[in-house]
Amino acid sequence: MSTTKERAPAANVPPTPRKVVVVRTPADRMFRRAAACAGGLTLIILVLIGGFLFTKGLPALKDQGLKFFTTQVWNPPPRGNEFGVAALLYWTVVVALIALVIAVPLSVAAALFVTEFAPRRLRRALTSLIDLLAAVPSLIYGMWGAAYLRPRMIGISEWLGRYLGFLPIFKPTTNAPIYGPSAFVAGVVVSLMVVPIVTSVVREVFSQVPPGEKEGALALGGTRWGMIRAVVLPFGRSGIIGGSMLGLGRALGETIAILLIVSPLFAIRANVIEAGAIPVAPLIANNFGESSGLALSALLAAGFVLFVVTLLVNLGAATVIARSRSGAGVEI
Amino acid sequence: MGAPPAPTLAVVAHDAIPVRRRPTSFHRRDAAMVVGCAVSSLALTWLLYSQILPLSGLPGFLMLWAALNFLMYFTAVAATEGRPAARDRTMASVITVAAIAIIVPLALILGYVTLKGLRFLRLSFFTTTMASVGPESPATETGGLQAIVGTLEQVGIAMLISVPLGVLTAVYLNEVKGRLARPTRVFVDAMSGVPSIVAGLFIYTVLVANGAGFSGFAAALALSILMLPTVTRTCEVVLRLVPGGLREASFAMGAPEWRTTWGVILPTARIGIVTATILGVARVIGETAPLIMTAFGSATLNFNPFSGAQSALSLSSFQLFGSSQTADVDRAWVFAFVLLALVLILFVLARLQGDRRRR
Repeated sequence: MSTTKERAPAANVPPTPRKVVVVRTPADRMFRRAAACAGGLTLIILVLIGGFLFTKGLPALKDQGLKFFTTQVWNPPPRGNEFGVAALLYWTVVVALIALVIAVPLSVAAALFVTEFAPRRLRRALTSLIDLLAAVPSLIYGMWGAAYLRPRMIGISEWLGRYLGFLPIFKPTTNAPIYGPSAFVAGVVVSLMVVPIVTSVVREVFSQVPPGEKEGALALGGTRWGMIRAVVLPFGRSGIIGGSMLGLGRALGETIAILLIVSPLFAIRANVIEAGAIPVAPLIANNFGESSGLALSALLAAGFVLFVVTLLVNLGAATVIARSRSGAGVEI
Repeated sequence: MGAPPAPTLAVVAHDAIPVRRRPTSFHRRDAAMVVGCAVSSLALTWLLYSQILPLSGLPGFLMLWAALNFLMYFTAVAATEGRPAARDRTMASVITVAAIAIIVPLALILGYVTLKGLRFLRLSFFTTTMASVGPESPATETGGLQAIVGTLEQVGIAMLISVPLGVLTAVYLNEVKGRLARPTRVFVDAMSGVPSIVAGLFIYTVLVANGAGFSGFAAALALSILMLPTVTRTCEVVLRLVPGGLREASFAMGAPEWRTTWGVILPTARIGIVTATILGVARVIGETAPLIMTAFGSATLNFNPFSGAQSALSLSSFQLFGSSQTADVDRAWVFAFVLLALVLILFVLARLQGDRRRR
């Protein structure tokens, strides 16, 4: 037969794979280059932001030297010549930590509820509502926090000060402490903004838990909670960590809501429930209008520090989440 | 687990279908236990809160109630069905309550802003400006036209900048898959965490302070920095959903890459791209901090986004909220309500689009 004749020489040819040569049209090369430019623009913008803030903030950094990172007060030129980010960074971290302490357990619970407990119809509705929390502007959180929540948090702050006063974070610093415009209330409000971010990441990771392992745990006689503790939570651990770091990044950069709630305090104080706190971002928004010259440079230097801190936190979060997820993206 | 004793096989006739045992069923007795614990812990909380302990405030009350409820429930279930079941049930109710607790503040915020804002919202808000409104005028006289124009122009320009860039970046990440795709994805993630105030400061130092002055366009640039990562990430997810077969079919017909992307991929992902746009707009429409240093705010109508200070809904609300006049604070709530309504409309639109995509 003719086919065998044709096949015969093929058997002698060594089985090297055919070389595929991609020849792209000029239009395609242009297209690829344009897309690459758009992708590269992200990096360029990030570098530009860092570069500009640094160069413009340099006069203030030079003026204060390393004291910029240890000084607690903020008295730029017209008022004095001593300013630093120590207290600002302290309050930034404190407010963010309070927000995370409240938001992470709630978010993990919400994610568990959505993936493990809720009936299908409720699941969609709840996911939408939690996403809606992310859509509410931070200004509105701030106004609500200042007008509605702040007066209602005084009772619980007093209680914490009176009965848990042995803890340094609640210990009253004066005989007649003022509660209300505190890091605590700000942290509670920021936690509401962090919840949807953490929840969406954690939910995504929890939904990727291999069903076989979950069924195995149940088949061995475990209760549902036992299954969650033995399978779901360990599997989702890096998702919880990554989501929390992403939430931390958001909380560190929060501006308007905190500005509307706290009264400024340029000192490091352990107590978080008494009036007074001022993170970096709200200070910039508050002092921006009246600053010029070295004072403005100082604000830009503070902005640069904030930029670097949030960038590091977010890069860390992205790496942790990327390691935990397999293929599917996390949509925020 | 509270199920009735399952009929043993010996009793069931061979041809009868045995009653299936449902390990997670919920019986009247279980419901009674839940309700009973909730009611009795509520009563105990009330007793402690108003009669014994010197406490006040709704949040504290709710927390104490929840804690007592869980304790009681655990004890009750442990007494009747043993500790593992008690742990399981108690954790289930803790998780359910926590999930519901997240929704409570949302409802409070929506209700409170509506209540405060709707009181003084008049139709003239949409037709007049703040130019003729002084701090002494009643709060029903609030002009929002200049803010609405400002918000629409700033967000519109931000959209025109960041949507094409975002789509193109998503195409790079998902279609071109260049060498730098991985680092680019990381940088997009990092960019989504840039604080809004930093974006504002950046545009201020580059543009506003360099002689361009305050303008709506500067605000739009700051907003597009914040919008770009949202659009890119959502678009990337959407592009990933385009079936690979469509792509291969297009290549098999001899179409070059750009034609495949332009003629097949993007039209298929059209609705998803609209969703991405809406989500991006919702992300930036309420931003206030970057506008302080770019748009600056203005009481008069300024149609030209390229020169002169401009107002915005969020910015006006923020500036009025800091006033010492009650009428001004009331006005701030009107602005906030209109802004929130706008965000809600966008959000619902995005959801409806997303649903259509899924179908």
